[in-house]
This record gives sequence, C-alpha cells and structure tokens, in this order.
Amino acid sequence: MVVPAPSHNGNGAATPSGFSGARRSIGSPQFSIRRMEVDQLSVSYAAREAVKSVSLPIRQGEVLAMIGPSGCGKTTLLRSLNRLTELTRTARVSGRILLDDVDIGLIEPTLLRRRVTMVFQQPNPFPMSVFDNIAYVLREQGSRRQRRKTLEPQVHSALDRAGLFEEVKDNLDHPALRLSGGQQQRLCIARALAAEPEVLLLDEPCSALDPQSTQVIEDLIVNLRDDVAVVIVTHNLQQAYRIADHVAFMYLGDLVEYGAATTVFGSPREKRTQEYVSGAFG
Amino acid sequence: MGAPVATPPASPPSGGAPRKPSKGLPQSGSTWHLSDRIGLAICWALGLLFCAIAVAIVAYLFVQGIKYLRPEMLFTPATAGFSQGQTGGFSDAFFGTLIVATMGIAIALPVGVGVAVWLVEYGRPAALARVTESTIEAIAGIPSIVLALFGTVIFSSAALGFLSRTSEGVVFGRSFFGASAMLSLVALPLVVASTREGLSAIPQHVREASYAVGKTKIATARRILLPAARPQVATGAMLGLGRIIGDTAIIVVLLGATQNFAPVEGAAFPFNYLRGAGTTLTNFVYEASPTGNLNQPEKAYAAAFVLLLMVLALNAAVDIVHRRARKVGTWSS
Repeated sequence: MVVPAPSHNGNGAATPSGFSGARRSIGSPQFSIRRMEVDQLSVSYAAREAVKSVSLPIRQGEVLAMIGPSGCGKTTLLRSLNRLTELTRTARVSGRILLDDVDIGLIEPTLLRRRVTMVFQQPNPFPMSVFDNIAYVLREQGSRRQRRKTLEPQVHSALDRAGLFEEVKDNLDHPALRLSGGQQQRLCIARALAAEPEVLLLDEPCSALDPQSTQVIEDLIVNLRDDVAVVIVTHNLQQAYRIADHVAFMYLGDLVEYGAATTVFGSPREKRTQEYVSGAFG
Repeated sequence: MGAPVATPPASPPSGGAPRKPSKGLPQSGSTWHLSDRIGLAICWALGLLFCAIAVAIVAYLFVQGIKYLRPEMLFTPATAGFSQGQTGGFSDAFFGTLIVATMGIAIALPVGVGVAVWLVEYGRPAALARVTESTIEAIAGIPSIVLALFGTVIFSSAALGFLSRTSEGVVFGRSFFGASAMLSLVALPLVVASTREGLSAIPQHVREASYAVGKTKIATARRILLPAARPQVATGAMLGLGRIIGDTAIIVVLLGATQNFAPVEGAAFPFNYLRGAGTTLTNFVYEASPTGNLNQPEKAYAAAFVLLLMVLALNAAVDIVHRRARKVGTWSS
C-alpha cells in the first residue's frame, strides 16, 4: 500500500496534513488548571496490553479529545481514570494517576467516581423519572431519604447546566427513557454533573445520536470546560477538531502524539498521526 | 480483488420477465418443497389443536363452575352429610390455598431474588456459584412428592416441634408451616430463573453508569437493576404461585389433607391454625371427584372453577406489570 501524499481530496479546504477540516467551534482557553496527571499508565487484559505506558495531563479550562482507531486503548485509558477498569476482573493496571496530586488508588472508588464522573456511548438513563435520575445521584447510596423539596434546587441546576431544564421542566415526573435520544444523553450529562465532579469523562457520547443532537451536545461540552476538566473519547475526527483544545492520538495502546488540536490536525509531528488524520487508515 | 466482474444483484435466475410477486405463501415453482408444506401444515394444525384444547378446558370449567358454584361455598366449611346439598362449602380449602400461596411465595420471592442477584451481579467464588446453580436446577427437577417426603423427615424432628402439633413427645410434622416451606422450594427455581433472565437482559453500561456516579453494587441492584427487572421478577413470582396453588402431593403428605382446619389447641392465633393441619382446593377437588372419598362432583367442579379463576387472575396480573414496564421504556441495545 502506498502512503498517500498529503493532498486535497476534493472537499476543497484541506489542512497541510490532509485533514479536511471542520470549523472549530472552540476559542482558545481562558485559563487552565492541571486536575489530573496520568503517569506511565499501563493497562493489560490477561495477556493483551491495551494501554502502554501513557503519560499526559488533564486540565480544567480545556477539552481533551482522545482519538485513534478502534481497539487502540482510548476507552480503556478513559475508564482507568475513574477506576472503572477494576470491574473487569482480568484487567491489570500499573503506573500512577493523580487527581489534585493524590494517587487515585488511595481514594475510595465510590468517592473517586463522584469526583470523576462518566457519560457513556449509549444513552442510559435509569428506568425512573427525569427528576429521580438526578436525585439518585444526590442521595446517599441506596437511600430514598431526603425530600424532593430539599433536592429540587440541585436537580434543577444540574438539568440547567446540561441545557435540558427548559425542555423538561414541565415533565420532571415523566419516565426518562421516554425522552428523545439527544435529551437522554443530556440527562446523562446532567446526572454526571449533579455529583459536582472535577473531571467529566465522555466515551463517544454522540455516536448514537443524530447530527442535530450532536451539535447541541458539542456546544454544551465547550461551555462546560471552564467548570470541569473534560475528556472526550471520539471516533469522529471532525468532532475532535471542532471541540478539543488538546488531542491525544493513540494507536495500538501507545500514545503516539499529544498536543494542541490545531497542531495535531494541522502539522502533526508523527507520521502515523498524519496518516490517521488524513484518513489513510482508521 | 477489484476485478471488474459485474455481478447483478438478485436478478431473476432465467433471463426473462421478472417473476410474478408472490403474496404470502410462495407460489408453485418456488423453493418450497412438498415436505416443507406438510411440515408447516402440521405446525398449523398442532397450534390450532392446542388452542382448541385450552378453550375446551376453560369453557367446560366455566360452564360447570357457573352452574355449581355458589358464593357462600367460599365461606362455608365442609360438613358431613348424605347429599351434596348438605355438605356445606369448601371455605377451609379456599383459605388453605390462600395461606400456603402467601406463605410459600413470602419465602420463595425474597430468597429467589436474593440468589438471582448474587448469581448475576457477584457470582464469586465461582465454584460456589456453580454449585448453587446446579442445586437450584436439581430442586426444579425433584418431583414434589419427594420434596414432601423429605419435608416430613425434617418437620417431624423434635427441634421443629414448635412448627406443628406435638403430642406425648411425638412431633406430628404436618402443618401449614411445613407445607409452605416445602412449597416455597417448588416456586424458588422459577423465581430465580426469571429474575436472572431479567437482570441479564440489562445492558452492562447501565450498571456502569450507576457505578460511575459513585454508587455501590448493592445500591445499584436495589435502586436500578431490580426495578428494571420488575416484570421478570413478577413473572417468576406468578409462575411460582401457580405451581404452589396447583400442587397436591405436598398438601397430602405434609399438610395432612384434612377436610377442615385442625388448629392446635392452646396456641395463640394465628399460630394455632398455621401449626395445624389443613387442606387446599387441589386436595379438595381430588377428594370431591368421583375417585375421592367424598364423591361430590358438583363441589369438585365448583372448586376447580375457583382454582382456574385464581390462575387466570395471576396471568392478568403479570400482563399488567409488563404493560406498565413498557410505558417506562427500555434502553436501545
């Protein structure tokens, strides 16, 4: 196979690397605070090494996008940030991850997962009302205590931050699984925000959604970056280009390139990155 | 690869006019063989036959039941008499059925749901899980008469004398407590199987979504998974109830199969009844049928009709739970 030279591919505007660019909908960060630090992280499932000695920072005020072909370890890396990897029995993790300078291995998993919350690929509201979906997060473990009245302000503000409140304020008692796909996913984001996390992880949050809902969620993600450090895994290069400040390109478990989005898409240092963002493989 | 061989997609086999569109069943000359047609016809006939059998049973019992059932029979105990008009009703059997059903499922439901949650959500150590699974399968396969015999051994032991009648140091062993406990074993495998099925059908990412906001496994099971599996739990409970109210062997061997309640004197209500022997509708139907000791077929039909109504009510209840669950919606897979 011949590696295609960087070229225009008929779509007109192409960046020097061959990435047929989308329009960036994110401005440069106002500030950035380092919240997490991944240090020499390796994760393996039985004999297979899914993540190989990856180090990178995660900052509030910025959106970090992780890109790469299927099976390159980006989701595994994401799941190790809140220790969800521990639910897989065969998974072995080595290296360090710091959250505000504390090793996450020393933090109780249930506490850690309230500080580093996650949104999944498939919208997965719980089979209860819109209100209870958020209230469940605010309540103590399995408890039903705490009256609706006392939780109301927090529930409303979480829905509001996810840009959903206006749409559902009259239907808070309706079953959440009756919302549209895009609304369900925003409810899941609201749920993740209700715990007041420091870091928000998104695992291909738009892959099951239509373009319009995708746009709404992308705008939302951009707006959230000042309140919370955002890490998004995506298959969609255009999406990464549109909303990310920093991009981590992973390939076969290696972190091939980490840098500012404009650099990774515009003039990548590594050949593999250039091939991937120009569509030579993926 | 990539050779320019044009393969026309799904064109008619012989280059001619396209085949006439068939409606429903394939026309002659299609790929349907005679044996396929005969097989399909047999399936149809069998389906119709089973429908006819079900309709016949229900219709016959409805006709006979409406003819012979008097509401007061449900509240009049059976008495000795020479004609069917003098033998009273079958209230003790009716309430006996309600008692064993309530107590049996009250044991089987929490235990069965607990076992299912443990098997699906924890299942560690794996060896114990495997043993538990095969034990439950074994219980499901044991004929209830064998469970009943085993039950008499257990409940006749001196240590469990407080659950039944004891006289002069001999433990009678037959009581509503003993019968319900053994009947719960009949229902248990159905509850476990159905609940497991419901839990396994919940996508893994839903559990993870709950863990990912800091919830423990047990909180997730209580608040998310079991509510989501409610229709299947209900189905298991209803199937189990159906088996409990339909069982006869355990009633005969372990409940004493008396005509009336035989409360234990000196015990406080309701324990005097629960420690005593009794009967249920299935046993009453048997006794009242021409083969039984009572031989009063009209009462047998009336009691059988009541049993049928109970089972139909259970089916309707399951339907309602499922319909409600559909209103709540489910996840796309």
